[in-house]
Amino acid sequence: MRIYLRILMVIAALSLGTLFFFPMWKIYLEAPQYPEGLELHIWINKLGGSSDHVLQNFNILNHYIGMEAIHPDSFAELKYMPYIVIFFMMTGVLAGILGKRNLVLYWVILLAIAGAAGIADFYLWLHKFGTNLDPTAPIKVPGMTYIPPLLGHKALLNFNALSLPAWGSLGIFLAIVIGGLVYLLSRRKTYFT
Amino acid sequence: MEVLKQKLKRIAPKLGFMSMMMAGAVLQGCGGGDANQKSGTVDSDAAAAVYVPPGQHDEYYSFLSGGFNGQVSVYGLPSGRLLKVIPVFTQFAENGYGYNEETKPMLMTSHGFVPWDDLHHPKLSRSDGMADGKYLYVNGNNTPRVAKVDLTTFETVEIMEIPNSAGNHCSPYPTNNNEYILAGTRFSVPISTDKAGMGDASLSEYKEKFRGSISFIKTNEDDGHMELDFQILVPGFDYDLANGGKGPSGDWVFFTTYNTEKSSTLKELGASQNDRDYLAAINWKLAAKYAAEGKAHEMPANYYHNTMDHNSHIAKSTVKKSVRYLLPEECPGMMYLIPAPKSPHGIDVDPTGEYMVVNGKLAATLPVFSFSKMQQAIENKDFDGEVNGIPVFKYESVLYGEVQEPGLGPLHTEFDGRGNAYSTMFVSSEVVKWNVKDLQVLDRMPVYYSPGHLMIPGGDTREPDGKYLVVMNKITKDRYLPTGPELLHSAQLIDISGDKMRMLLDFPTLAEPHYAQAIQADKVAPNSVKFFKLDENTHPEAVKKESDVSVTRQGRTVKVNMTSIRSHFTPDNIEGVQVGDTVIFHVTNLEQDWDVPHGFAIMGANNAETLIMPGATQSLRWVPKQEGVYPFYCTDFCSALHQEMQGYVRVSPRGSNVPIKFSTGEKKPVPPAQASVN
Repeated sequence: MRIYLRILMVIAALSLGTLFFFPMWKIYLEAPQYPEGLELHIWINKLGGSSDHVLQNFNILNHYIGMEAIHPDSFAELKYMPYIVIFFMMTGVLAGILGKRNLVLYWVILLAIAGAAGIADFYLWLHKFGTNLDPTAPIKVPGMTYIPPLLGHKALLNFNALSLPAWGSLGIFLAIVIGGLVYLLSRRKTYFT
Repeated sequence: MEVLKQKLKRIAPKLGFMSMMMAGAVLQGCGGGDANQKSGTVDSDAAAAVYVPPGQHDEYYSFLSGGFNGQVSVYGLPSGRLLKVIPVFTQFAENGYGYNEETKPMLMTSHGFVPWDDLHHPKLSRSDGMADGKYLYVNGNNTPRVAKVDLTTFETVEIMEIPNSAGNHCSPYPTNNNEYILAGTRFSVPISTDKAGMGDASLSEYKEKFRGSISFIKTNEDDGHMELDFQILVPGFDYDLANGGKGPSGDWVFFTTYNTEKSSTLKELGASQNDRDYLAAINWKLAAKYAAEGKAHEMPANYYHNTMDHNSHIAKSTVKKSVRYLLPEECPGMMYLIPAPKSPHGIDVDPTGEYMVVNGKLAATLPVFSFSKMQQAIENKDFDGEVNGIPVFKYESVLYGEVQEPGLGPLHTEFDGRGNAYSTMFVSSEVVKWNVKDLQVLDRMPVYYSPGHLMIPGGDTREPDGKYLVVMNKITKDRYLPTGPELLHSAQLIDISGDKMRMLLDFPTLAEPHYAQAIQADKVAPNSVKFFKLDENTHPEAVKKESDVSVTRQGRTVKVNMTSIRSHFTPDNIEGVQVGDTVIFHVTNLEQDWDVPHGFAIMGANNAETLIMPGATQSLRWVPKQEGVYPFYCTDFCSALHQEMQGYVRVSPRGSNVPIKFSTGEKKPVPPAQASVN
């Protein structure tokens, strides 16, 4: 494998590092009373938002409809996800150093599966919070559930919820694309050399 | 009518004082005049000039004093929309200021709890001669006090009582870098230098025993506390208004005086006998130097200094027991007297710092003094005697010139930064624009009715923002729909960007605005606090988690440490209180979001409500007098379930054996209240 491809592979692995600096996903809530907006940021290791207290404010709003309070402690994922990312970064760098095409392919496939699993897990959580409502809630709308959108926007009572991947997800996307490119390019190069 | 007014103005100087009174009467007679004539003076596009569309912000914050309501009103300009009322010297039942336990010490004085004052002059804190938007200083006139309002929270954070003063009217005046806030006494009083407080003297001893005082308050903005550094004991005149110099005159502050006759009775005559009173010029830098170099004496005193702690929101009073003072006769070069027209009112220094305008309310001309001529006169010792060891200048040696026929009853002047001055004429009810250099009158604008102060944003600084002028009128009469005998005062907004003044807007104002200040909104708005951080709340009775609430009895006092969050109190069922107990509710608002205050009020309390901002703790005292079950509730509509945000206190007969018990909700734990990112 040519040296520049190995370097590219290392870059692909390292691009996963953006997950430690940026959230993976953002949920924006818009309502007339929140001109400044309310954003929930989902990181690989924590929950954050547009302000320090966004989770408390989400929970205050959600308790009227009987949604369970969101606590970072409820999500085991936030504890083990960073290790998975570190695992992928290390194996990716290793694949780059060793320069083995097949290793690169397995890495890309595994990463894509992990990414898809993450999204599926995310959807399951949204579904759980959106449907597991306290029957004694003050506000009950017959037949109404409050599953926030996975991607795109959805009207939930007075809120317009918008859900979008954030910079952290771009890191995963780049890792998969660059890794895949390394795999494809290295085939052509070996053919000619 | 216009012709008559003009005629009166022309002959006024000849007729003197009597004609002014007549003109006043004639103008008041015009009060119910032709409405068309009035609206005819307003351009058809005036509405567009003051229109701030819904959701848009004003260009300026303006701070209008409330006079006898002891508050500051904040208006947006140019819309004239009321944005906030800031309680300063007066109890404010609306939010519990001066009623709840935290803020009561703010209104403590050496005379005990004084729940009211007469607030006249707001002044913005200064850096490099310009308003910096950090603090607003205001005076309490009746029981002499100076207060500081923090413009990040728009709350009163400090009140300093001024000893040896009575009627703290010419106050507060900041120097160009906020080195000092100056406060002069309106009434001179017998000052006894060997014991604290005022001395005892017969009013017939006025001339010998009464003295005035000018206080030098250090601002110490870094640690946030004012400190009375020293006072100058001045002759026993009445001191009316002051203003600081700028540029070349930056080391000086000027004070108008009246009653230099030292009359103690029927002052409307007694204080109006001398043809000339004085403009006192004080070199504050030299005074500070004298004080630092040991020229100051010390005397016993007794005055309160009240400060609000930033994190606990608890006010504390400290009592000061001495004050330093300087005597002008021992401090050469520190103080001079300039003869000024009889009983002058406002003194205003132009943006260059060269011209001092003395608004002689009873004078036919408007004299302008020259700072450079004053410097020369000091050098040449061009004096005309002295008073109490203070040199008096010859009038001509410091006079730059006089504005001829400016109008009747000049009170105050501000500047537009383009070489023009604008003066209010109380008696002829107009604002007059004139050129500072050539002293020619350029324009007149009738205002309704009888203006006091006027204000141009930055009009008292070295660089005025000469776009708008707000004039605050003393008489309202028919300007708005009638509301019985008591009417709000009226302010008017005038466009001064062109050659001719243009009337834009009338807006009613609370109580009686005296002076005002205004500042570009972007110097204040970005620093505005949205809520207090619960993590930084150091109130000893704060409860930061619903699981930590408590109700405890200590003798006959029951302490309730409770929380509020949308939409419940914890606890909301309280038992074990007995008739005659003193119950103190310490309510912590757990919200951490913008604009979610919760109020707290309980039935039958001989007290106000208290309004608790997010993250803060406030305490309300209640002594139940009869047994029963007393509801309490949130008074500020906080959420869709605000009406459900309520609770009960059971009050049992004295000596009953009902134990202390408290709870919120039944089997389930209460909804989330302490979730946080961490």
